Amino acid sequence: MPDRVHDASSPGWRSPTAEAPLVKALLIGTALLFLGVFLLAPLITVFVAALSKGAAVFVASLGDADTLAAIRLTLLVAAIAVPANLVFGVAAAWAIAKYEFRGKTLLTTLIDLPFSVSPVVAGLIYVILFGAHGYLGPWLNAHNIQIIFAVPGIVLATIFVTFPFVARELIPLMQKQGSQDEEAAISLGASGWQTFLRVTLPNIKWGLMYGVLLCNARAMGEFGAVSVVSGHIRGQTNTMPLQIEILYNDYQWVAAFAAASLLALLALVTLVVKSVLEWRFGDELASVHR
Amino acid sequence: MGAIAIQPAGVKPVVIQPAARPWRQPSVIPGFGLTFGFAMTYLSLIVLIPIAALILRTTELSWQQYWEIASSERVIAALRLSFGASLLAATINAVFGLVAAWVLARYDFPFKRIVDAIVDLPFALPTAVAGIALTAIFDRNAWVGSTLDAFGIQVAYTWIGVTVALTFIGLPFVVRTLQPVIAEIDREIEEAAATLGAGRWRAFVRVILPPLLPALLTGYVLALARAVGEYGSVIFIAGNIPYKTEIAPLLIVIRLTEFDYSGATAVATIMLAISFAIFLVINLIQAWARRKFGNA
Repeated sequence: MPDRVHDASSPGWRSPTAEAPLVKALLIGTALLFLGVFLLAPLITVFVAALSKGAAVFVASLGDADTLAAIRLTLLVAAIAVPANLVFGVAAAWAIAKYEFRGKTLLTTLIDLPFSVSPVVAGLIYVILFGAHGYLGPWLNAHNIQIIFAVPGIVLATIFVTFPFVARELIPLMQKQGSQDEEAAISLGASGWQTFLRVTLPNIKWGLMYGVLLCNARAMGEFGAVSVVSGHIRGQTNTMPLQIEILYNDYQWVAAFAAASLLALLALVTLVVKSVLEWRFGDELASVHR
Repeated sequence: MGAIAIQPAGVKPVVIQPAARPWRQPSVIPGFGLTFGFAMTYLSLIVLIPIAALILRTTELSWQQYWEIASSERVIAALRLSFGASLLAATINAVFGLVAAWVLARYDFPFKRIVDAIVDLPFALPTAVAGIALTAIFDRNAWVGSTLDAFGIQVAYTWIGVTVALTFIGLPFVVRTLQPVIAEIDREIEEAAATLGAGRWRAFVRVILPPLLPALLTGYVLALARAVGEYGSVIFIAGNIPYKTEIAPLLIVIRLTEFDYSGATAVATIMLAISFAIFLVINLIQAWARRKFGNA
């Protein structure tokens, strides 16, 4: 063999479009160190701190009445907020992806708006509207309806911060898939509802799951917006993240981290399911990795 | 387009005027009224009307009152910290996020899938959990904190701590905007650069980096936007000393607990204006990138 022809498998040869092994190792090392310090270390710390006084203390601190109430409230809030945003996401994606109308770009932009608003401001807008000194406060008070410092306010704030998740996953997905399938179904005599259930839903089910997954993770973990509207009444209006704050500020370290470890576990499950969805059904999602 | 004239044989011409351009093009698929109506109603009730209420509330202040609140020393200190730390955190993320995205898109190494999955942790981990965990790491009595303390660096309860928390929060934005763009780079242009005699570093700076810039900028601005408004992960590690380590969102909360609605709304509208400005910048970057590189 003439020596000018490179054999890519020979150890001394390096492609001209690849980095030197040392540079490559350095880059990988830098990335792993950075991700290790900023991501892995906090995650491990949560579990180590939660179990630092042993499993018995861990279990006992989770059995605290206020913590259990916080878990129940968090589940309740997510059980209302996630389906509400799911229905909205499907409706908005249907309207935007299946039809041509003026102002569509504006509508798509407005749906993303809650993501660029600070969580604290998200809570504040409902206090301005429904709080005791808010625009509707006197009327609500006269009719004995409490929204702020009560569960409805927490649900509203959670809906706001998780608003775009399902819609922004479904809109590009349904736009990419087009309307031919639905038009065929309609022309064969299916009703609109049948078309949605039998044709559209199977096409978008993984994207829908993906959106719901992320929506749920944020709904159960939201802190800032919920903190503003909750009123922090122990055992009544504290969600899990708020309960963690209270325990932490009470110097109940282990209890705080025990509660935090449950949410960290939820985050891990979310990441695992998300990765599985991306690996298995990547081409049925709007965009893997955004 | 003018009027269409149809003239069947033996009948006098009928002129059909074209209708004005319809607001919506006809479609055989049913459900527009229902889905559009529901989406608009829900969007208005949850997002648009409450935000309008906040803006309306601010208009109850005179310009002079508004200016007094906005220019007070404590508000300015809080905004400066929120902005300064966010800019710094976004810059750290732009540098290390680029390295991480490059490594994940180009190289193979053990546990790569796990590393790739964990990049999204800040999206999934509740901010309060991140906040207490970072504080536990960087507190001067904890392992990393005590080591840094030996070098005279205090992270927790200083502006450095605020930056650390904001770096955590913004990290996935940079990596996830860059990663697909790096993966899609046409290897042939790198080969062409190599053939023409460019070294690897020169090829990176002159050939690879320019088309990455829009994505890098978008990731930077997204991380910045998230960091400016961030609350949960910061307040634990910040120490929250007025004028020193008090971020702007916390100031809104403090004003609210004092029932100072005017103070809270004034700061909130400043934050909102900043958010909208950043939002606009992202859209401008993407429009520019589409013109220049033909992709978003």
